[in-house]
Amino acid sequence: MIRATGLTKDYGSRRAIENLTFEAKQGEVVGFLGPNGAGKTTTMRILTGYMPPTYGTAQVAGFDIISESLEVRRRVGYLPETVPLYPDMTVYEYLKFMADLRHLPNGDDMVDAALDLVQMGKRADGYISNLSKGMRQRVGLAQALLHRPEVLILDEPTIGLDPAQVVEFRNTVRDVGKERTVLLSTHILSEAQQLCDRVLIINKGRIVAEDTPENLQSRLVGAEHVVLRVKGEADDLLPIIARIDGVQNATLQPDGTLEFQFAPTADVRPAVARATIEAGYDLLEFHPVGLSLEEIFLQLTQDNARKER
Amino acid sequence: MRNIWTIARREYKLYFTSPIAYIAALLTLLTVGIYFVVIIYYTVNNSYYSNNTAPGIDIVIGPLATVFLFAVPALTMRLLADEQRMGTLELLLTTPIKDGELVIGKWLGAFLFMLTIIAVTLVYPIVLNKLTTPGIDQGVMVSGYIAIILLTAVFLAIGTAMSSFFNNQFAAFFATLAVLIVFWWLIRLPTYIVQNDSINNILNYLDLNGRFNTMLAGTMSLSDIIYPISLTALGLFLSAAAVEIRRWR
Repeated sequence: MIRATGLTKDYGSRRAIENLTFEAKQGEVVGFLGPNGAGKTTTMRILTGYMPPTYGTAQVAGFDIISESLEVRRRVGYLPETVPLYPDMTVYEYLKFMADLRHLPNGDDMVDAALDLVQMGKRADGYISNLSKGMRQRVGLAQALLHRPEVLILDEPTIGLDPAQVVEFRNTVRDVGKERTVLLSTHILSEAQQLCDRVLIINKGRIVAEDTPENLQSRLVGAEHVVLRVKGEADDLLPIIARIDGVQNATLQPDGTLEFQFAPTADVRPAVARATIEAGYDLLEFHPVGLSLEEIFLQLTQDNARKER
Repeated sequence: MRNIWTIARREYKLYFTSPIAYIAALLTLLTVGIYFVVIIYYTVNNSYYSNNTAPGIDIVIGPLATVFLFAVPALTMRLLADEQRMGTLELLLTTPIKDGELVIGKWLGAFLFMLTIIAVTLVYPIVLNKLTTPGIDQGVMVSGYIAIILLTAVFLAIGTAMSSFFNNQFAAFFATLAVLIVFWWLIRLPTYIVQNDSINNILNYLDLNGRFNTMLAGTMSLSDIIYPISLTALGLFLSAAAVEIRRWR
């Protein structure tokens, strides 16, 4: 569990994050989404006990990050953005060193388990200096998972991984996230969409939105957006669809598809499908298009900028 | 205590894979070895000169101290500065260990490595003992080795502190060297000019070189032991404080 209240951090005169308040429950994967320099890393460093906030406080796994920092650090697994590894050690030595620092009673077994989890068992005796970027990332993740922490904090964990590794990595995180609290930062929006139960969008040190990826979409769009494709030309279909009650902004797209919107309260899709068939068209495709998180993100950050002005 | 030992063990092992550590050890042992051979050769060939002064343990420990003045900054410069550079400091500072334990562990690892180098030099007193009659003064030997061990502890603590102040290894190296030179050579210079006894007493008290030479001659007072230990503690305290300050910046 993570509960942050009014977290603020100043670096000299520059304010990195301002009054961040949020929560992440057990069994929840929360995504921290924002452009570079938005304050994601700063927030994570505060939550992991690396540095104290200037104002505000937070509870992680039930302990205060300032007055009970050591207790917090015992219960948090952290993968910083630059994966902290000792190139002079073998993978096994490195994890054993971390296990010793964490006083794990059956260190060897836990190291083996962590290696299995990230599928690095075969490279355990290899020197870290000889590993590829993706493998290093996995060793870093093994380090974060080693002590089976209640809270897992991952800073840009998929940077530098190839697509296959990203899929693998996401599966691991999803598994872990079933019973623990996971907070991960990313600026890859599709990743947050796929992985996270909830997304916090942060820009210039402030949270600008907080919701499930799906809710964020519908909240911002305000209307459902549907694409329809029929066999042959759809020119004559347009006026038929446009006439249906509740259909808004029906347009013919250059690729021959028909797009329209409707208010979430009045689902016109059955009527549209019926009308299409009745008009003698063969319906090939009929699906909703959500606003991508990219678009949501741009919209939110632009709104914010406008408000500031 | 366990955390200190975990950190120290890693640090100690790391020296055996580090080229700088090998170079430092090689230069130290080479210098001491050459000095030893030259002195013995000179003494044997000028026996009239050595009528009443057979070479003592100071011909080993004296040069050892001088070489350490340069070797220690090379060995300590990376202690914390390198962790900062590699990003591993972030890792260590988010594990459940105290800043003080980290710093003491780092220092201890370096200290154990230096003790290993010092242990190698124990071959010289054995040789000296065979060469001279009635052998070397055991008391002076013990006091000499205590002196070099205490001095190493102080040097390393200063090096650890400098490494925690700077992110850059070379800055840490030169800062350490500068502080060591002050405590080793420069601190007593004002006593030649200043006529004020109380100031001179303080400076003489702080002068590491003076105390070291007294111990090398075989005499030792309680303050000769307490002063270097206090200075070591101060260095380690400042290092821990610097790490803590890093968190707050």
